[in-house]
Amino acid sequence: MTLAFLNLTWPTFADGLALGGIYALMAVGIGLVFGVLRLVNFAYGQLLMAGAYALAYGATWNLPTWESILLCFGVVLVLSLLMEVLVFRPLRLHSPATMLVATFAVAFLLQNIALLKFGALPRSAGSLALLNAPWDIFGAEIRKIAVVSVATAAGCLVILQMLLKLTPLGLHMRAASMDFRTARLLGVRANRVITGAVILSGLLAAVSAVMLSVQDINVTSTFGLQDTIVVLAGVVLGGLNRLIPATLGGFAIGFATGILGGVLPSNQVQYLQSFVFAAVIVVLLVRPNGLFTRAAGAVERV
Amino acid sequence: MTALAVEKLSVRYGAVEAVRELSLEVKPGRIVGLIGPNGAGKSSTLHAIMGAAPITGGDVRLDGRSLVGRRPEDIARRGVALVPEGRRIFGELTVDENLRLGLAARRTRANGNGLARAYELFPVLRDFRSRHAGALSGGQQQQLAIARALAAEPGVLLLDEPSLGLAPKIVDVVFEALMQIRDSGLAVLLVEQRAQRTVALADESHVLANGQLRITLGPKDAGDTDRLVSAYLA
Repeated sequence: MTLAFLNLTWPTFADGLALGGIYALMAVGIGLVFGVLRLVNFAYGQLLMAGAYALAYGATWNLPTWESILLCFGVVLVLSLLMEVLVFRPLRLHSPATMLVATFAVAFLLQNIALLKFGALPRSAGSLALLNAPWDIFGAEIRKIAVVSVATAAGCLVILQMLLKLTPLGLHMRAASMDFRTARLLGVRANRVITGAVILSGLLAAVSAVMLSVQDINVTSTFGLQDTIVVLAGVVLGGLNRLIPATLGGFAIGFATGILGGVLPSNQVQYLQSFVFAAVIVVLLVRPNGLFTRAAGAVERV
Repeated sequence: MTALAVEKLSVRYGAVEAVRELSLEVKPGRIVGLIGPNGAGKSSTLHAIMGAAPITGGDVRLDGRSLVGRRPEDIARRGVALVPEGRRIFGELTVDENLRLGLAARRTRANGNGLARAYELFPVLRDFRSRHAGALSGGQQQQLAIARALAAEPGVLLLDEPSLGLAPKIVDVVFEALMQIRDSGLAVLLVEQRAQRTVALADESHVLANGQLRITLGPKDAGDTDRLVSAYLA
């Protein structure tokens, strides 16, 4: 353990960046919905799981890769909208605790449906597995998926930021996440803003599912579950209230997980999650409002 | 034609009856004042008009059509704009973004003069348009809140205590703006604590107490302090 950090190599660093990028996207997906609904969607991981199964079935049916990816996006979007209409919308005016517990229920329901429907044996979503092959970049063997993940995450975040900053819907979503009541009084349509956030969140889940299925081609009913728990910790770590700190939190915890996974000796890798969550606890003890938020006084939210 | 008509409106929060059978009318090009002590039901009346308070009886009509049961955003989109109590500007958004947020209630995409006219009415906002609204002074924030409500070119403007917490000089600016807004043909319903100034400004002012209409005063009554005081104490 003491010499662990001497194992840090460029490929490990790249893998850390890649996982950080994917977790950042998941963090934004969770943060967008939290912004407008004040709802922590614990069932976010099951969206990734559904997407990964779509990719696996695409591979089984010998669909071309892009058709599998399209299928994945379709499945995740439909499932996101169903969650919104059937669960989030009816519970919108209930307490955050009620909504959180409801998303727990949805998460385990979907997980068990998957277990019953698709069985306990993993299915392979291998159509993009060739991205695990390395590229030689300045003498370092960097996996292609690391480069693709970082580029995709950066691209998605830039597009999302432009959408939020430059379009009326983006402005309405930002306003709604600050003060929903006043936004509605100004004519901002509540349902449109919520549906917009859920769709964006679903798109990010689909992108994350594609990336993660390359890292982990064995799709089971618990696909994405562990990642979601880690991302939720990261979102809280960064600051749940705001999108950019939440994104940074997701990135930081993904990066740390990726690096630790690479540098820990193989007989200690099983302690990875323990190290990560110990770090989360320490950070929250020192900075209860989150790592990337300003001092408490600057956050005007009751 | 009547722009806004409130007919025997009752509002109730649980066991508390905030407004009892209140009737009033606001015509285009007129300012109607709504004054009275704290808890008289002034703000509840505005919220009920906007669809944000539980109406238990009566009706609210805009050009003859009932607004009761509609969502706040739909009422805003029909041309009723609210300047909420405490201004409720978005401090983390820029001045320009706050104003563009006001466009959410725009009824047609075609008329885009709202922003220009809002800046015209309060030129100080143009100087700060790319600044965060939270960095503005209280008076500037109030001007922003009014400008934001006007951005979508509404037919009816509701104001909830716009002079609250403002320096007297700024109150003059706000009341001056209200006269211009009236003269441009809007129907204005003004809830205020500053009774005397409101009575002087408004075409008619209703005094509310315990959710009920007590007396209606005209501009001539503004100097009659005895009448004002007795209306409050009645």
